Amino acid sequence: MAGAVSALFLLDIKGRVLVWRDYRGDVSALQAERFFTKLLDKEGDAEVHSPVVYDDAGVTYMFIQHNNVFILTAARQNCNAASILLFLHRVVDVFKHYFEELEEESLRDNFVVVYELLDEMMDFGYPQYTEAKILSEFIKTDAYRMEVSQRPPMAVTNAVSWRSEGIRYKKNEVFLDVVESVNILVNSNGQIVRSDVVGALKMRTYLSGMPECKLGLNDRVLLEAQGRATKGKAIDLDDIKFHQCVRLARFENDRTISFIPPDGSFDLMTYRLSTQVKPLIWVEAQIEKHSRSRIELMVKARSQFKERSTATNVEIEVPVPSDATNPNIRTSMGSAAYAPERDAMVWKVKSFPGGKEYMCRAEFSLPSITAEEGAPEKKAPIRVKFEIPYFTVSGIQVRYLKIIEKSGYQALPWVRYITMAGEYELRLI
Amino acid sequence: MSGHDSKYFSTTKKGEIPELKEELNSQYKDKRKDAVKKVIAAMTVGKDVSSLFTDVVNCMQTENLELKKLVYLYLINYAKSQPDLAILAVNTFVKDSQDPNPLIRALAVRTMGCIRVDKITEYLCDPLQRCLKDDDPYVRKTAAICVAKLYDINAELVEDRGFLEALKDLISDNNPMVVANAVAALAEIQDSSVRPVFEITSHTLSKLLTALNECTEWGQVFILDSLSRYKAADAREAENIVERVTPRLQHANCAVVLSAVKIILLQMELITSTDVVRNLCKKMAPPLVTLLSAEPEIQYVALRNINLIVQKRPTILAHEIKVFFCKYNDPIYVKMEKLEIMIKLASDRNIDQVLLEFKEYATEVDVDFVRKAVRAIGRCAIKLERAAERCISVLLELIKIKVNYVVQEAIIVIKDIFRRYPNTYESIIATLCESLDTLDEPEAKASMIWIIGEYAERIDNADELLESFLETFPEEPALVQLQLLTATVKLFLKKPTEGPQQMIQAVLNNATVETDNPDLRDRAYIYWRLLSTDPEAAKDVVLAEKPVISDDSNQLDSSLLDELLANISTLSSVYHKPPESFVSRVKAAPRADDEEFADTAETGYSESPSQGVDGASPSSSVGTSSNVPVKQPAAGSPPAPAAMPDLLGDLMGMDNAIVPVDEPAPSSPPLPILLPSTTGQGLQISAQLTRRDGQIYYDISFENGTQGVLDGFMIQFNKNTFGLAAGEALKVPPLQPGTSARTLLQMVPFQNISPGAPNSLLQVAVKNNQQPVWYFNDKIPLHVFFVEDGKMERASFLEAWKSLPDDHEFTKELPGSVISSIDATVERLAASNVFFIAKRKNGNMDVLYLSAKMPRGIPFLIEITAAVGVPGVKCAVKTPNKEMVPLFFEAMEVLTK
Repeated sequence: MAGAVSALFLLDIKGRVLVWRDYRGDVSALQAERFFTKLLDKEGDAEVHSPVVYDDAGVTYMFIQHNNVFILTAARQNCNAASILLFLHRVVDVFKHYFEELEEESLRDNFVVVYELLDEMMDFGYPQYTEAKILSEFIKTDAYRMEVSQRPPMAVTNAVSWRSEGIRYKKNEVFLDVVESVNILVNSNGQIVRSDVVGALKMRTYLSGMPECKLGLNDRVLLEAQGRATKGKAIDLDDIKFHQCVRLARFENDRTISFIPPDGSFDLMTYRLSTQVKPLIWVEAQIEKHSRSRIELMVKARSQFKERSTATNVEIEVPVPSDATNPNIRTSMGSAAYAPERDAMVWKVKSFPGGKEYMCRAEFSLPSITAEEGAPEKKAPIRVKFEIPYFTVSGIQVRYLKIIEKSGYQALPWVRYITMAGEYELRLI
Repeated sequence: MSGHDSKYFSTTKKGEIPELKEELNSQYKDKRKDAVKKVIAAMTVGKDVSSLFTDVVNCMQTENLELKKLVYLYLINYAKSQPDLAILAVNTFVKDSQDPNPLIRALAVRTMGCIRVDKITEYLCDPLQRCLKDDDPYVRKTAAICVAKLYDINAELVEDRGFLEALKDLISDNNPMVVANAVAALAEIQDSSVRPVFEITSHTLSKLLTALNECTEWGQVFILDSLSRYKAADAREAENIVERVTPRLQHANCAVVLSAVKIILLQMELITSTDVVRNLCKKMAPPLVTLLSAEPEIQYVALRNINLIVQKRPTILAHEIKVFFCKYNDPIYVKMEKLEIMIKLASDRNIDQVLLEFKEYATEVDVDFVRKAVRAIGRCAIKLERAAERCISVLLELIKIKVNYVVQEAIIVIKDIFRRYPNTYESIIATLCESLDTLDEPEAKASMIWIIGEYAERIDNADELLESFLETFPEEPALVQLQLLTATVKLFLKKPTEGPQQMIQAVLNNATVETDNPDLRDRAYIYWRLLSTDPEAAKDVVLAEKPVISDDSNQLDSSLLDELLANISTLSSVYHKPPESFVSRVKAAPRADDEEFADTAETGYSESPSQGVDGASPSSSVGTSSNVPVKQPAAGSPPAPAAMPDLLGDLMGMDNAIVPVDEPAPSSPPLPILLPSTTGQGLQISAQLTRRDGQIYYDISFENGTQGVLDGFMIQFNKNTFGLAAGEALKVPPLQPGTSARTLLQMVPFQNISPGAPNSLLQVAVKNNQQPVWYFNDKIPLHVFFVEDGKMERASFLEAWKSLPDDHEFTKELPGSVISSIDATVERLAASNVFFIAKRKNGNMDVLYLSAKMPRGIPFLIEITAAVGVPGVKCAVKTPNKEMVPLFFEAMEVLTK
């Protein structure tokens, strides 16, 4: 059941090895490079290929891509694929924390630290430690690091592995953003095929010492268990995922969300609601294609939320044929433009109050000649982006956030709510 | 925060290695550190910097943690190629493993475990033992993994030294991270051991479940994965475990969630209460669905696993089919897996919606995905009898779009639908026939032909349709030919009229006489005989009832499925194959491709594949990194005959008789200084290889410039091209301060040959009882190998010269050489076993012909052209052994100086 990877490679966009760390001495960089470049050659695009590939020599390669860098592991054992792929993403996060951005250049510029990190994050092919913030306490990039040798921070092996002791702030503050993304898929008949809401409680903590936090939500299960009259709205959360700082056993017992937070920003929890949501912004498009001459678009967008809320930064992307030219666009609100690189017309409305309807008409020319047996047109859906501040679809509310630290300071929690479009797709007829 | 390390990659082209060497030996700390960084940079871009081994190792004893880490990294990479030198790092390792700083202790034990050199391993045991009991958990967690490393190199040693017990003790450690790593190490050791090493008892179980709450996310995965092996005693215990594991479903780390799901599914097998099971299924659904919001790569793993889970427990996600609908931006590999699960979850209740989706996908651009979508419709039709008609109407709609590959795929699945529901949907055949001429893929063609043959009696123009295919019979692929043959026979049996009769003749003739495909021929002969002897029997055979086909979307058999479920989240569950089928445990030592690698990249580190056995370990790995080779002539050195006495043991302080020097050679010329006294803390070493009386000696002199007596001198040579090694123990008397001693050490060649292209490098290590080990490099002059019987007769010289092809002739100007008198030169060369054969005049130039011979009969035929007294000598040589030529010229340069 056990399984470790044999080596970790950082490759450039062509699949050539930039840096690699051999953990078990049973794979070769050359073989990996050959295998991977061949894979890239064949597919042309790594996107196409599943992230787990087996070569005939008994080696499994798992990889992800970030900017112009591939992060690849080679393994000979039956290792935990989910764990390793997730680990690769964490490696990216750690590098990003260190070098601002992970790309070929930054790897070259910091190869010494890269080796150090690879040594600390994984041992003998087993993931060990990926808390960037704590790692940077004892692996530093400074050119002039002090000669005094550092010790491993307590946190590395502590039960509280995400926070170091002795943090001090003059002003103790917590910012809590409740961000809900609405994912929706509407099929060409105008039916909602799928809709859900993915919420995240994003925290930024600036707290001294080792604060004990307790978060109260209007969670129906909790409120009912406490026998409280649910004044206001209580909500059902389908699936809750917590940052590792939250005591899961405690939550399982009495639904209390208690934790010692990491320092700085992190996602405290995410949740999902699969209740049917009414599309907050409904878009209809009529497309008339006058064969081989022009195409006419009439797009209607309607906001279906209360008038006191306002959607901002609304962006509606309507696909147009890739060979369209000469756009002629008029809108009743906002501005629209042809974005040939996306094969789409993008209509932007800065501010879109609830209960309103706006229109956009457009006309494009089409070439009179087309390929006889042309490949079928890519059928992209209409995609919508927006943000609605001070509003959540789920009705989730933070009832309290208690912060107790032994020094007894008062901390100020700030809470904000915002709803935004996630994967918001409406298929065209 | 960005660094500027890229500057270390820039190189001066000429003499990079010597330059680095110099910097590595600099007296300034910063310069040494920069040099090590440059070495690591060179290693990173694949240059072979293994020749700097001793110089880098000399930088190891440093207070600077960053520098230390870099040197350690270098060691991990090159120790295997320099096993004998690597051992010299042991002292520092052992010292570091007792450093007051836990970071350094852990670093030392972690790195030592990565150096897969047997001899080092032995020295690892004591530090490891200490570190397993270290006060600092960071050191203990590193030591735990190190036990697994050691086991991988030398399992016996781990068992003998009681490390397994120590590791098991760590399961009760008070630090959760240590527990997690101990679990990972034990699980790995268990995997490669036949004996039970790591058995989870109810006692350890509770320890692990407690540690689970506190360790890092990765540690949680180790613990959960090892728990999945635990078989609960009864339903109560199983419920208990599940209860403790269920909170993990709320963890943000997907791997933790999947591993928790694995344990719950496994323990559910034992739980009898249907209520509990139902409840658990309900609890697992939301976390599984949430996995689909993860990164696409994780989604892929999750989907492959969900595929297994829904086969075992279809109820868990029965109501969640919508979450598997494909998004426009999903990567194609995610879409494909989603499609597979949609088929599995399709039911009479949701089929309408599912069909709408499939239809949508069938008009996308990715051809493979479109095909799979069309096929999915067919599979749903076969799976759901009541939905079959709706599926078929969707397929017909798709055929009308007339996209070629959609039509072909649709026809293939419609054939299956016909087989599944015979005599039900024939009304659509007419529509199918419309697209007949667009078919160009064998499988689609064969399917269409099968349909025509099967329903020949209902298709009025079946004979015409088949005939149109028959025209190209010889060119068709086997698949289509076989179908055509059978369909024609069916047609004939159903409509025994004149047309089909002629067709059958033609087909049988074609299939028996004009083909070389045995399958086709055999089938044709069988039909022929059947038809000619008993047409009724032929009917019974050819038109027999066919067995009903079923949906194959739940294809895994239950024992395999159970095995895969026990491996949820692992590669096994991604491949849908048991681990044995793809896991290839390879002991690290042989790197199969290194040889090939060295060959292609000419690194000069390939194991010479020819005669003999190399006594030492096959340590040819250079970290496989050298894409940019050090330019050296290609390989071809003769291998060593057998192992030689382990001189390392001597060097490391084993007792060995040291006899005082008895033969100082005061009259000899001064020797080149190889270890200046500034480097050697007062000790100066000069040495040179010489040849006397047919023997090779290392003429070596020690000068004690220190304040005290130096004694206990020992010497060790690293592997080298010629396998030169000490043939006897070094005999040096105790050296009083201010005195010196010189001795001749007899050398034997062909003992410890370093593979790869020949070079003249001789790496030497010398130690005494008072000082650290000293390393220095010397050059091997080729002429010490020239044998005494190297003189050739004129005739045989001429013959040999002519017989060697011209590309074996090499010429080099030796500008630093001068011949002041022919006789003196000839005499001098003869003293080095380069023998004069003839000379001639060419204008004002003298041309000398000489010969020399290496052991094993390698001759050198030499032509020297020079004007007496004028600097500059042109030297030409012909030899069968081209690789030695550069070394030969070096030797000639020395001899004619």
